[in-house]
Amino acid sequence: MGEFKVHRVRFFNYVPSGIRCVAYNNQSNRLAVSRTDGTVEIYNLSANYFQEKFFPGHESRATEALCWAKGQRLFSAGLNGEIIEYDLQALNIKYSMDAFGGPIWSMAASPSGSQLLIGCEDGSVKLFQINPDKIQFERNFDRQKSRILSLSWHPSGTHIAAGSIDYISVFDVNSGSTIHKMLVDRQYMGVSKRKCIIWGVAFLSDGTVISVDSAGKVQFWDSATGTLVKTHLVANADVQSIAVSDQEDSFVVGTAEGTVFHFQLVSVTSNSSEKQWVRTKPFQHHTHDVRTVAHSPTALISGGTDTHLVIRPLMEKVEVKNYDAALRKITFPHRRLISCSKKRQLLLFQFSHHLDLWRLGSTVATGKHGDTLPLSKDADHLLHLKTKGPENIICSCVSPCGSWIAYSTASRFFLCRLNYDRVHPKVSKMPAFLRSAVQILFSEDSTKLFVASNQGSLHIIRLLEGSFKHLHTFQAQSGTVESMCLLAVSPDGNWLAASGTSAGVHVYNVKRLKLHCTVPAYNFPVTALAIAPKTNNLVIAHSDQQIFEYSIPDKQYTEWSRTIQKQGFHYLWLQRDTPITHISFHPKRPMHILLHDAYMFCIIDKSLPLPNDKTLLYNPLPPTNESDVIRRRTAHAFKISKRYKPLLFMDLLDERTLVAVERPLDDIIAQLPPPIKKKKFGT
Amino acid sequence: MAALEEEFTLSAVPLGAGPDGLLGVEQCDKTDQFLITDGGRTVILYKVSDQKPLGSWSVKQGQVITCPAVCNFQTGEYIVVHDSKVLRLWTNEDVNLDKVFKATLSAEVYRILSIPGTEPLVLFKEGAVRGLEALLAEPQQKIETVISDEEVIKWTKFFMVFRHPALIFITEKHGNYFAYVQKFNSSVVSKYTLLLGQEEKSVIQSFTASLCRKFISLMSLSSDGCIYETLIPIHPSDPEKNQHQRVVRSLLLKTVVSGNARNALSVLDQDHVAVLGPSLPASKECLSIWNTKFQTLQISKELPQGTSGQLWYYGEHLFMLHGKILTVIPYKCEMSSLAGALGKLKHGQDPGTQTMPHFVNWETSQGLGSQNAEPSKRILRRRKIEASVQPEVPGSQQLLSTIKKDSEKHIEMELRKFLAIKRTPDFHTVIGDIVIGLLGRCKTEPSFYPRNSLMQLIQMHVLSYSLCPGLMEVALEKTDVQMLQLCLQQFPDIPEAVTCACLKMFLSIGDDSLQETDVNMESVSDYSDAVQEEQMEEQTGILQNGFNPEEDNCDNCDKELSEKPQNTIEETTSCPVIPKRAALLNAVLHSAYSETFLLPHLKDIPAQHITLFLQYLYFLYLKCSENATMTLPGMHPPTLNQIMDWICLLLDANFTVVVMIPEAKSLLLSLYKFVKSQICICSELNKIEVSFRELQKLNQEKNNRELYSIEVLELF
Repeated sequence: MGEFKVHRVRFFNYVPSGIRCVAYNNQSNRLAVSRTDGTVEIYNLSANYFQEKFFPGHESRATEALCWAKGQRLFSAGLNGEIIEYDLQALNIKYSMDAFGGPIWSMAASPSGSQLLIGCEDGSVKLFQINPDKIQFERNFDRQKSRILSLSWHPSGTHIAAGSIDYISVFDVNSGSTIHKMLVDRQYMGVSKRKCIIWGVAFLSDGTVISVDSAGKVQFWDSATGTLVKTHLVANADVQSIAVSDQEDSFVVGTAEGTVFHFQLVSVTSNSSEKQWVRTKPFQHHTHDVRTVAHSPTALISGGTDTHLVIRPLMEKVEVKNYDAALRKITFPHRRLISCSKKRQLLLFQFSHHLDLWRLGSTVATGKHGDTLPLSKDADHLLHLKTKGPENIICSCVSPCGSWIAYSTASRFFLCRLNYDRVHPKVSKMPAFLRSAVQILFSEDSTKLFVASNQGSLHIIRLLEGSFKHLHTFQAQSGTVESMCLLAVSPDGNWLAASGTSAGVHVYNVKRLKLHCTVPAYNFPVTALAIAPKTNNLVIAHSDQQIFEYSIPDKQYTEWSRTIQKQGFHYLWLQRDTPITHISFHPKRPMHILLHDAYMFCIIDKSLPLPNDKTLLYNPLPPTNESDVIRRRTAHAFKISKRYKPLLFMDLLDERTLVAVERPLDDIIAQLPPPIKKKKFGT
Repeated sequence: MAALEEEFTLSAVPLGAGPDGLLGVEQCDKTDQFLITDGGRTVILYKVSDQKPLGSWSVKQGQVITCPAVCNFQTGEYIVVHDSKVLRLWTNEDVNLDKVFKATLSAEVYRILSIPGTEPLVLFKEGAVRGLEALLAEPQQKIETVISDEEVIKWTKFFMVFRHPALIFITEKHGNYFAYVQKFNSSVVSKYTLLLGQEEKSVIQSFTASLCRKFISLMSLSSDGCIYETLIPIHPSDPEKNQHQRVVRSLLLKTVVSGNARNALSVLDQDHVAVLGPSLPASKECLSIWNTKFQTLQISKELPQGTSGQLWYYGEHLFMLHGKILTVIPYKCEMSSLAGALGKLKHGQDPGTQTMPHFVNWETSQGLGSQNAEPSKRILRRRKIEASVQPEVPGSQQLLSTIKKDSEKHIEMELRKFLAIKRTPDFHTVIGDIVIGLLGRCKTEPSFYPRNSLMQLIQMHVLSYSLCPGLMEVALEKTDVQMLQLCLQQFPDIPEAVTCACLKMFLSIGDDSLQETDVNMESVSDYSDAVQEEQMEEQTGILQNGFNPEEDNCDNCDKELSEKPQNTIEETTSCPVIPKRAALLNAVLHSAYSETFLLPHLKDIPAQHITLFLQYLYFLYLKCSENATMTLPGMHPPTLNQIMDWICLLLDANFTVVVMIPEAKSLLLSLYKFVKSQICICSELNKIEVSFRELQKLNQEKNNRELYSIEVLELF
């Protein structure tokens, strides 16, 4: 199949931000996740948990609360005191509004979805009306002594419960007055703590209020009488989050020890109608604080400081064994953070507030499979480019020639020219001409720059020595404002493919500056796109692990694509749980397609027969003693290597050289704050 | 709490319902859609939440629908019968009923029954049952006659019992009622006859049934206004000997409606029934929801325009004709609390009447196919009297009366007979009543102590402390250690005070009297053999657990202990109590307790008994630590946790006392040393854990140094 020299890169010290909030939307089966740097990500749970959208973070915008309202509208609130609504089509912030109550700690949408409630630092609970275009302040509830850390609506919308420090208040929504104040015991294992923080409350339709607090208690209160009904001591540390299922027959809490407990309402005896809450299952999928949990109809979802998003299906609710039945742990973003200049052997790493440019080393030695070659030159750190302002970088790209770097934040687009005359390259900034970009791509010869803006339009810019010229803008299809998240250009520079999150892939003719064709829309979002050299076949990977090959000149799927669709992919291929994030091609071997996800990379040789479910998909060992005949008979199109993982990026530098960027999980854990130490022995 | 919500009508136009009301309301394969068949010629499909009809079909002038339309849940087709014999099958797309599939049958159909998950059944007026598919394959097939000539089917219901369809129908002949239960997995038909007993003149007006584990709970509303419940077994235990089975009809609710008008009954869930009919004081028609568990009226709703005496219940909707308009009342029942259930008690009933069940005998007859063998009412009544005087099946009431006067031997015999018959659902309460009866007699008659009967009852595995509160007290009084041991093993809910009293007795009772008793010894293995060998094993075993008094050099009590080390070891290695006492103590160790409630009672035990018990526990602990799994030999031995918990409890409760006793000193010292060594182990383990983590960190750092490398990879 081929022997490659692989540059194994592990110095991309990317650390994902911790997860602060998750919000599950039952209608669209989507999950919104906010991180401590203010980033908000949208996962489509129906599309194999693909992260289909994201909103870049902002230094001053620490999100403390996230919720869906009015069906598909997403709101967040944070410590800067602002409520933000996100535009899920254009992928930007629709508006932000100051609530004038100091930092906001909690937010909850009313059961009908028409009202929004926020809890502020100054102890005020504010009610907002959600109008079609904006939200409008309606009124304040009775001011409390200290900050409101958690809020929950009664399902009928008439009452709310608010968790503060040392007590829980129950408000009447109509009058806005406090009906009950339920004092929480500060005692913790017999020791009186200074304060007891109510991290989460949940109001059930029968009037029960469930609270979780910093003393490790899960408590049930009767809101009609304001009395404590039951206490479960679940942890030695804080219980930080709670989420109740829609049927109110089960709920989940997350603790600072990384444990998630499942509580269920079960009958006291096998056939009696009397039911009680019982702690049924503990899960330990996290090492650090579980800051937030959600309860979808079939799964428990949790996230926290250890940056993993964990989706744990409830086996009793899962009917068929498919994607939904497996435990998911999502750690890395489903988009590329790395770009590569093949000519100069450069790697550009994107972090939230800076870019790093590295030059790869070299070796003169040769070796056989598995050898590590001595380096004649080590990798160089060429450039550390810091962004101005508090906004996170959305996307970045280095040109194939290595002399241009482009990146964008939510409000500005930056283009830099690099001169390599001296030891360190000199950066000259270009004047700003665009507001912001969702995706950036250079043409193969580095003369053109393609920018997908967040209003659905695509800009083409010609790059000259030290200057640039705006050539053309493809406007979005009429009526859509969906942003194009993925771009691919053909190596000859004639074709440009662009894909959004839901509609099909559009192919533009760059010479004639018009839309050439649209690949039919598929049920699952596109995760990677690339156009093959010479043949101009567009290869599309979808989140359900299907791969299509579409001939741009013929405007139809290729014969190979039809064959593989007819035969179906190997079951193990379809059971992978990370999406393909990058596709590339071998310059000399047109039959090869290189692609990778986080746990494997694969070269598909289209000339070989396709594997069926009986053949071994992944063969880690070289076929040693077998004769050539057997070898030829067992060979199939998918050549897979699982040697590098977690794999964030892989590309072909030249015919015989690959570059693989790994980010070992241990390195990430080493950079996190230490978890709560639990004694294993003794008491 | 049960609640009726705001009613709504399904159509503003009155249905063409005749004086007999509607033919039926049936579920459809889509939720929220119902097929309504009126008394004339029309079938209407309604979507209830939208309150509007989705389709309507009529038969030709001159034809009459004779059986309510149903939906075939497997195919989505609708089925109706007109003119008793003509079957029509159609779907939503069909417009005209005349043009749809038609099958003419050879016998008259009583009803088509369809429930989700199985094929519809056709019940003929003569009592025969056919599957729809089989019938459609050969419509003209001969239909046999199952019921006798003048019997008329009154009511029927179709169930799924553990995935198998089962059908029940009730027939009437000359004021006698018969129930037929047909199961289709075994195609057994069982027939039961209802004897009306005291309520001879009453006519049953309405039936409803629900599944209750292994029984069909058949409820009937009689013309005297009372609701009766009958449990009919789904699986007759002995199909060949049907006549020996007894099903009992009991009064469930007394006088819920005035009996003259047309009344209807529908069971809503386990505890709730809906009754349609004129309520007693006002005699206005109303719909009422009753809680059968608490015998209370939950909610009632007046229907001033009168009803047709028909009631259907599907999902969360009650359907009835109010005046001439089909009315739907959504019904909801949330968890009911005692307070909520008692809140609306309407009738001031005298307490005696409602709890005393009125027994009516449903007696099985020979089975199917023998119409002439059907006994007349008079014969049956005679038989009933015979049955009640038959000595081999005494009822619990009879047994209770026996208990009051007969001799111990006789009671024992009667009890054995009683226990031999089949268990009813309320078996445990009956057993509890019997025990209480026995104990009652014990109290009045000091010489009476039916030990064998009580032992037998305890061994039924259905008793608990709360069912027979006096039993253990009586056993304590009589120092019956064997019964106490049995109780400790069987009862899950013994109060801590009683547990403690047992413990006190077990510790104080003399060895001589113990030797005479017959105690279950299975929790005690032979502890006392080969003391010499044990000593060796024990030494190694203790070392395994890290306990080594000789090496403990930082202990100032060590000297005192070393004065007579041999002595202490010998003390601890031979069992301090005799095996019978050990077995009794093990029963205490196994019983459930709550620390807070147990501690005050433990303080009452005399000091020397505490020391003895502690010695025994320490001995058990040493035995435990002899093997690696830390368990004791034998069946159901006390676990290590139980032993440790009891040691802690005893020390907590009696620490000041134990410290003062010279005999306990060596024991306390060894316990102290043991705890100290355990703390040592834990701290060492923690140290090891931290060292391992540091090693792991070092290992990681070593790996991390290779941040960049160029490797060779070959793909195969």
